[in-house]
Amino acid sequence: MTMVRQASAAATAARTAAQPMLDVERVRTDFPLLMQHRDGKPLVYLDNAATTQKPQVVVDSVKQYYEGYNANIHRGVYKLSQQATDAYEAARVKLQRFVNAAQPHEIIFLRGVTEAVNLVAHSFGRTSLVAGDEVVISAMEHHSNIVPWQIVCEATRARLRIVPMTDEGELELDEFEGLISAKTKLVALVHVSNSLGTINPIKEMVAIAHGHNVPVLVDGAQATPHMAVDVQDLDCDFYALSGHKMFGPTGIGILYGKAELLNAMPPYQGGGEMIRSVCFDKTTYAPLPAKFEAGTPNIAGAIGLGAAVDYLNGMSWDAIHAHEDDLLRYATESLETIPGLHVLGTAKEKASVASFVLDGVHAHDIGTIVDKEGVAIRTGHHCTQPVMERLGVPATARASFAFYNTREEVDALVRAVHRVHEVFS
Amino acid sequence: MADLKDLYQQIVLDHNRAPRNFKKIPNASHTAEGTNPLCGDDITLYVTVEGNVIKDVGFQGKGCAISQASASLMTSTVKGKTTEEAESLFRAFHDMVAGGPDAPADDKTLGKLAALAGVKRFPARVKCANLPWHTLHAALTGSDEPASTE
Repeated sequence: MTMVRQASAAATAARTAAQPMLDVERVRTDFPLLMQHRDGKPLVYLDNAATTQKPQVVVDSVKQYYEGYNANIHRGVYKLSQQATDAYEAARVKLQRFVNAAQPHEIIFLRGVTEAVNLVAHSFGRTSLVAGDEVVISAMEHHSNIVPWQIVCEATRARLRIVPMTDEGELELDEFEGLISAKTKLVALVHVSNSLGTINPIKEMVAIAHGHNVPVLVDGAQATPHMAVDVQDLDCDFYALSGHKMFGPTGIGILYGKAELLNAMPPYQGGGEMIRSVCFDKTTYAPLPAKFEAGTPNIAGAIGLGAAVDYLNGMSWDAIHAHEDDLLRYATESLETIPGLHVLGTAKEKASVASFVLDGVHAHDIGTIVDKEGVAIRTGHHCTQPVMERLGVPATARASFAFYNTREEVDALVRAVHRVHEVFS
Repeated sequence: MADLKDLYQQIVLDHNRAPRNFKKIPNASHTAEGTNPLCGDDITLYVTVEGNVIKDVGFQGKGCAISQASASLMTSTVKGKTTEEAESLFRAFHDMVAGGPDAPADDKTLGKLAALAGVKRFPARVKCANLPWHTLHAALTGSDEPASTE
């Protein structure tokens, strides 16, 4: 994807020649849920942009923590607590390396991207925004990267500016630069669109924003299951990811922030764990990362997410890109053979997401009918109502693929969508 | 396909394709908006009540086949009924679709509304069928809040 496509033609050719193939059938055996049958039909799970399935090693790591060394972290002097603390902090280092952050304390564990954006909106936003200031977001943000900014803008009387998008689902970069001014205090952008699959040119957009001394937050929820992310190379100031979108547990994710920014920000939540000392006159706060991790964290979740990172490290991103690009191309071509079907989102740089509408049939009816064929897809506005409004549709049906999906599953989807026509004829 | 045929009966598909009373009533005595925020279905309902009789009723909006057919069937059923009769139909309809897979349907009361009985086997679609009824209830009770099935 991005990384591959930005490489020189010669390098790409060399890589293609030596490209490792993904052994999908073997990979699938790592995911117990994919072995299921529903109503006698194999489960075809194509809702990976909503959440991904978990490999056995992730399930086992959570189980091992609860069965073998469950204890609260950072406080106990006993061995069990030390073991849990070590595992939790080891997971932080795994995440640090996964996004190539400079230091482990730049990784804050929290619930996921939603909480990460809220943290930055409330901690950074409320202390840096004053009336008349502006926050720039894009037309293809998930509601989780819209609503926190609306709440903070309302409280501070700052204004939200929106980078427009083309009919193909690409951000208009010329307009982006024009939106940034002395009033802009932050840019918040989605790396990969959950409803259209568009991969945004984040590195280029960060450079533009930094040219005006404006920091950038990136919502990486849909990027990390599909591509290697290097926060130092992107040079973004904040990067958020959700564990459950990248084969880890629910309820755990990270906010990466440059230490300089995080150090200058006030705490987001108060409580245990995040203090240096508390007295009724004055409380002083712990250094990073504890300052932003009030209360007992999701220890099992962090350990499970660390296991998901280990699992991904055992794979080749080049092989994943080749496989997912093939699935997307095949799915797009196959779906478009269905009369009255239109694929929405045709950006040049796309992750493996196929959003579509069918003339005369609402997306929910498509979802119900294909479900009877054992095919799980998402239907609705995908928490991106402004994208639906922009494209003039109430809802779409969305098939989103992970590396464990197959061409046969695409065929099953296409057969199931044909049933929609049969029911509605 | 048996289950799907239960859900998408011919009468449902027909009302979806050609919804009855799909109109705005400019001088309606009661109006209400209804939305299913998670689906994006929305409906605006216009009712003209004289005395306690529903003289005219119309709807506009967009949504899935189930919500559109339900609105069409509802409007053609409640026209000419008293508001009390409409409310008691709402209760019977709600019991039929939201009462679980084995809920008995009171076919005598429900008449052609029973065409939507198949919805009870599709829990994710119950709110689609119920939306027009919640909206009618909001219109008749004069609630200012938009109706929602969430």
